[in-house]
Amino acid sequence: MGLIDVKKVKADFPILQREVHPGVPLVYLDSGATAVMPRQVLDAMREFEEQHRANIHRAVHTLAEEATIAYEDARTEIAEFIGVSNTKEIIFTRNATEAINLVVQSWGRANLKAGDVVLLTELEHHANLVPWQILAAEIGFELEFIPVTESYQLDMPVFYQLLESRKPKMVGFSHVSNVLGVVNPAEEIISAAHDAGALTLIDGAQATPHLLVNVLDLDVDFYTFSGHKMIGPTGVGVLYGKEALLEAMPPFLGGGAMIKAVALRSFTANDLPYKFEAGTPAIGQAVGLAASVRYLKQFTMPLIESHSRRLVDFAIDELNKIKGIHIFGPGKGRQLAVVSFTVDGVHPHDVAQVLDSVGAAVRPGRHCAMPLHTKFNLTGTTRASFTIYNEKADVEILVKGVRKAIDQFA
Amino acid sequence: MDDLYRQMIVERYKNPLHRGELNQIDFEFEDENPFCGDHLRVMVDVDENNIITDAKFDGSGCAISTASADILMEYIVGKPLDEVKTMEKEELLELIGIEFGPVRLKCALLSLKVLKGAVYGLEEGSGHEEG
Repeated sequence: MGLIDVKKVKADFPILQREVHPGVPLVYLDSGATAVMPRQVLDAMREFEEQHRANIHRAVHTLAEEATIAYEDARTEIAEFIGVSNTKEIIFTRNATEAINLVVQSWGRANLKAGDVVLLTELEHHANLVPWQILAAEIGFELEFIPVTESYQLDMPVFYQLLESRKPKMVGFSHVSNVLGVVNPAEEIISAAHDAGALTLIDGAQATPHLLVNVLDLDVDFYTFSGHKMIGPTGVGVLYGKEALLEAMPPFLGGGAMIKAVALRSFTANDLPYKFEAGTPAIGQAVGLAASVRYLKQFTMPLIESHSRRLVDFAIDELNKIKGIHIFGPGKGRQLAVVSFTVDGVHPHDVAQVLDSVGAAVRPGRHCAMPLHTKFNLTGTTRASFTIYNEKADVEILVKGVRKAIDQFA
Repeated sequence: MDDLYRQMIVERYKNPLHRGELNQIDFEFEDENPFCGDHLRVMVDVDENNIITDAKFDGSGCAISTASADILMEYIVGKPLDEVKTMEKEELLELIGIEFGPVRLKCALLSLKVLKGAVYGLEEGSGHEEG
């Protein structure tokens, strides 16, 4: 396996050429929140908007035909990226959050009743917690959680016990933790959940930027992800669902495009995938996301994964050399793309602000995973995340900035 | 950035003069800045004429929110309660003397938000959740 030529990759990303302060170039280490976009994605979106922009599936003029083809081609490419050939199973949403809300409100409302159990994990992003909490408060089903062990892994023995004792209808979990960088044992969870009669939903927002994901091999029932975390545009995300399940589910949002026929007091829902795509979607963004998928595929996903792992391992090694740094995660060899840490005597917000002064963009706080931080008695951490356009020199800037913060505050 | 962390801010963060407990507490309140997890408690003591005789804060926060709380506690001692009730955020920002962006502004103003909660006798509440 070759290596990624980061200098060459960096040159593709216009925003990485800028300075954040006079003479201080940007070192972007916040891709776990939102990755930046290469010229190829920006060009694809610009080309669409300048040459083909029109509404889809409606008019018959040339632009409408071209826009419809571009949007459906994007769906096909994105489907293939996660191993899917049946495009009825690929629903465009705004982001992973909306995709999860779609499943909760549509599948959940139709299938859950008081006393039922939905099993989640303690390391979930708020996107896979709050939608369930909202519906649970209304319907009265219960939430259970797979605990996180002291070594920052899902407690699998407890998971098996919960499957047995609580008989959940649904098991929902993050493919990759956005705080710990842990890759959860998706195949094992899914197969055990299915054996126990539960469906499965994955929040794949942190996985699709770095992993070769094949939802058919996983046999997962619902898989969700966001475009902007995988060097694509904001405003577009994807829900994959097994056709039979999606077919049986009621619509989520109502409006144009999701209908076959409408009378004043009734409607007939459209076929998949349009049944779940009410209103004019983010067409140019879908085209952009297809371009980001093409960009990622040129390296192959296994190469991107090893690159991201190598960088995070280097960062863990270098950070561990600094006195007073504590890594919040299982450590070297066990984290994908993100490292969260605390610095004795320095608040995460101050760490991040000092890092900004040396050009490094990181994320302070609880990373939308407040229960996980609460469990480990942390008010917040600082998170650095890495992807194809990062290199060891970026880690060195990170380390320099952390040392500066310690000098200033500790 | 270097302006943001002027010596005065760093000094007040490392050695705040008004952090601690009050023996006599007439008003107190605590709240959070959910964005960064900062937690702040403010205690106020007043005399029979509703003049603030002492004020302290406690909790955990970043350099900006801690220094801001320290400055604010110092500022309100000796002032009538009514004057504190109507204190505008611009007044505190002027005392701190730094231009903040929208994110750090929340850190800088947390102390005033909690102080208002105290003097208006609000129920203890937690902030909104981070996105």
